[in-house]
Amino acid sequence: MKFGTEMVLLGLFAFAAVVAAGFGVDEPFRQHMWVLFFSVAGFNAMLMRNTDFKPAVPIDPAAYMDGPIRYGAIATVFWGVIGMLVGVVIALQLAFPHLNIEPWFNFGRLRPLHTSGVIFAFGGNALLCTSLYVVQRTCRARLFGGNLAWFVFWGYQLFIVMAATGYLLGITEGREYAEPEWYVDIWLTIVWVAYLVLFLGTILKRKEPHIYVANWFYLSFIITIAMLHVVNNLSMPASFLGSKSYSAFSGVQDALTQWWYGHNAVGFFLTAGFLGMMYYFVPKQANRPVYSYRLSIIHFWALIFLYIWAGPHHLHYTALPDWAQTLGMVFSIMLWMPSWGGMINGLMTLSGAWDKLRTDPIIRMMVAAVAFYGMSTFEGPMMSIKTVNSLSHYTDWTIGHVHSGALGWVGMISFGAIYYMVPKLWNRERLYSLRLVTWHFWLATLGIVVYAAVMWVSGIMQGLMWREYDEQGFLVYTFAETVAAMHPYYVMRAAGGAMYLSGALIMAWNVTMTIRGYQREEDPMPGSVAALQPARSGARKWA
Amino acid sequence: MGLMDKHALIEKNATLLLVGSLLVVTVGGIVEIAPLFYLENTIEKVEGMRPYTPLELAGRNIYVREGCYLCHSQMIRPFRDEVERYGHYSLAAESMYDHPFQWGSKRTGPDLARVGDRYSNSWHVQHLTDPRSVVPESIMPSYGFLKDTPIEVKDFSMHLVANRRVGVPYTHDLVVQANADLMAQADPNADTSGLESRYPKAKVGDFDGNPQQVTEMDALVAYLQMLGTLVDFKNYDEAVGYR
Repeated sequence: MKFGTEMVLLGLFAFAAVVAAGFGVDEPFRQHMWVLFFSVAGFNAMLMRNTDFKPAVPIDPAAYMDGPIRYGAIATVFWGVIGMLVGVVIALQLAFPHLNIEPWFNFGRLRPLHTSGVIFAFGGNALLCTSLYVVQRTCRARLFGGNLAWFVFWGYQLFIVMAATGYLLGITEGREYAEPEWYVDIWLTIVWVAYLVLFLGTILKRKEPHIYVANWFYLSFIITIAMLHVVNNLSMPASFLGSKSYSAFSGVQDALTQWWYGHNAVGFFLTAGFLGMMYYFVPKQANRPVYSYRLSIIHFWALIFLYIWAGPHHLHYTALPDWAQTLGMVFSIMLWMPSWGGMINGLMTLSGAWDKLRTDPIIRMMVAAVAFYGMSTFEGPMMSIKTVNSLSHYTDWTIGHVHSGALGWVGMISFGAIYYMVPKLWNRERLYSLRLVTWHFWLATLGIVVYAAVMWVSGIMQGLMWREYDEQGFLVYTFAETVAAMHPYYVMRAAGGAMYLSGALIMAWNVTMTIRGYQREEDPMPGSVAALQPARSGARKWA
Repeated sequence: MGLMDKHALIEKNATLLLVGSLLVVTVGGIVEIAPLFYLENTIEKVEGMRPYTPLELAGRNIYVREGCYLCHSQMIRPFRDEVERYGHYSLAAESMYDHPFQWGSKRTGPDLARVGDRYSNSWHVQHLTDPRSVVPESIMPSYGFLKDTPIEVKDFSMHLVANRRVGVPYTHDLVVQANADLMAQADPNADTSGLESRYPKAKVGDFDGNPQQVTEMDALVAYLQMLGTLVDFKNYDEAVGYR
């Protein structure tokens, strides 16, 4: 492969980064531009090493383009481990504050690294690679646009690297889940538009008359995230050679814009996209059709319409006008219905195949994911009720809720999809080990249960302590006393997170060994008669 | 099944699906967010709000940079316990010049909306340097490096200009004086009469205990000490302000 044009463009890009590093008006910006330079230059060196001058092999236009998907699967596992590891670190920092190392590794800088790491790096790569996998197979078409898919993949990784290093350097917009500064946002916009073109272009050249339901969810996720990202990140840089920008909106308008974004980062990034994943991988792994076609239509439109309204429930009892809070609450409660529509459609897809729960740990993982989705989409509307929220807001209950959704739903459905895809992508007969999947499943499930239960207790306890009065009408606890009371729960939470992380490490091992072509010799899963995945000719057997 | 049959049209046309879902997802945002920009009662009428002084703005940028909002809210809700613990509930007007807002979503530490004037400057410096030396139960990271980091002011006026472009009423005079005002506010020997007339209620003097240098600690403490101190609640009518 020859990459002449690409290398010239990357060279210019690297040069621009050096110039910006030289002329930047603030120190973090200059450092950040050096990071950019070394990332781009390093990537360019890699391209050079991979250049050869053999005549290019003609590409079969009917074959699926799986190269970027293979990279995406590896990136998903890699960033998942990193993001969860940072999560365990910051959980430990809350339990043992001496673990903060100023200034780069203080909680305030690491926390966005954790949230962006798991949402955008782990979740984003999972969405990227599964969406490209699914869209080709359900449209029976090769990805649109030649090397566009490679640009989207590597461009997205550059976004992750720039966002992550920026947080450590203290470069942030100070908006939760939208922390990257203006120039990183612009880069993400470019990559995201390319992703939309790639995905939509592939749908447009499909050979199937119908667009499969999974693709509706993926498409609405891509277009809505584009809208949310652009509007929420409107800001005015202090200098075009500096890292600092000021949000276009202020105060109450800024708050609602941010939570309109923030809640729908959950609604579209972490829900609609992953529902797309569910609609392909659950029927595939269970070998059953989707339960209800009508239900999928109704809950799709209801879900995307209602989700957008739910943002104000993050601002109950704040200075946001009451009418907006009430509107947000009403729509959040209504949202329960389409959410459970999706859950029912996912679970009932197993009708007639429930026995697989005993024999197939991958389907068990997917079913657990859908069950956690159902639980957290019940808990969410409940917490959006103003009276409940008056207790839960500002406490760990919210953190627990997020994690039952993120670890339970997003994590488990992604793991299921990875376990399904990896043997197929690398043309292996089966995974290295199904028993390790079982280990992963139980570590993850128990980790979530510990995490969520501990956060319920600590959250509700802290909320009650803040508002407790004695007989004489005085507040009983100082704030510091409520902090001290959290300590045992913060230790237990870190333990729950560590269990979840160790499950992910087992997955990383299992996936690595599968890619390398090994098969662990082990007894078949109890209850399974035949091999779980039919053998294919040509697979390597080294074990 | 009539409606369901018609849905097949959307399922076979990617453009229709794309445009349709985009239209469906824009409705909620337009109905909820757009009115906040033109309904006049969204932001209460209060006396005393002014833009941040350059030093306070620099301090606020450090507050944002260090992710303080991840553990500290700046939004007191109208409940008895919160009002007794932290002071008058927060008004929308109090964050009208905040780009971005820093209301926060979690109270791992206490609310800071009215932390100004509650503690001395030296308490803040000690607490930021070694939190557990003044609050043994604290789990806050230490920020001692702020004392050793001189504030980077090549041309601070550009920060005021950027804020003016997004609607903060920084006049030409304030922009021109920005660098001088920034240094003067933390300098115990400076003539601050101009600064104090430009920014009423501004707190002046050495904040970090080191008069030789204007550090990031000066800026952050100056910001913390003004939080929630601007609005005059004696003249605030709650019934008029309710929305």
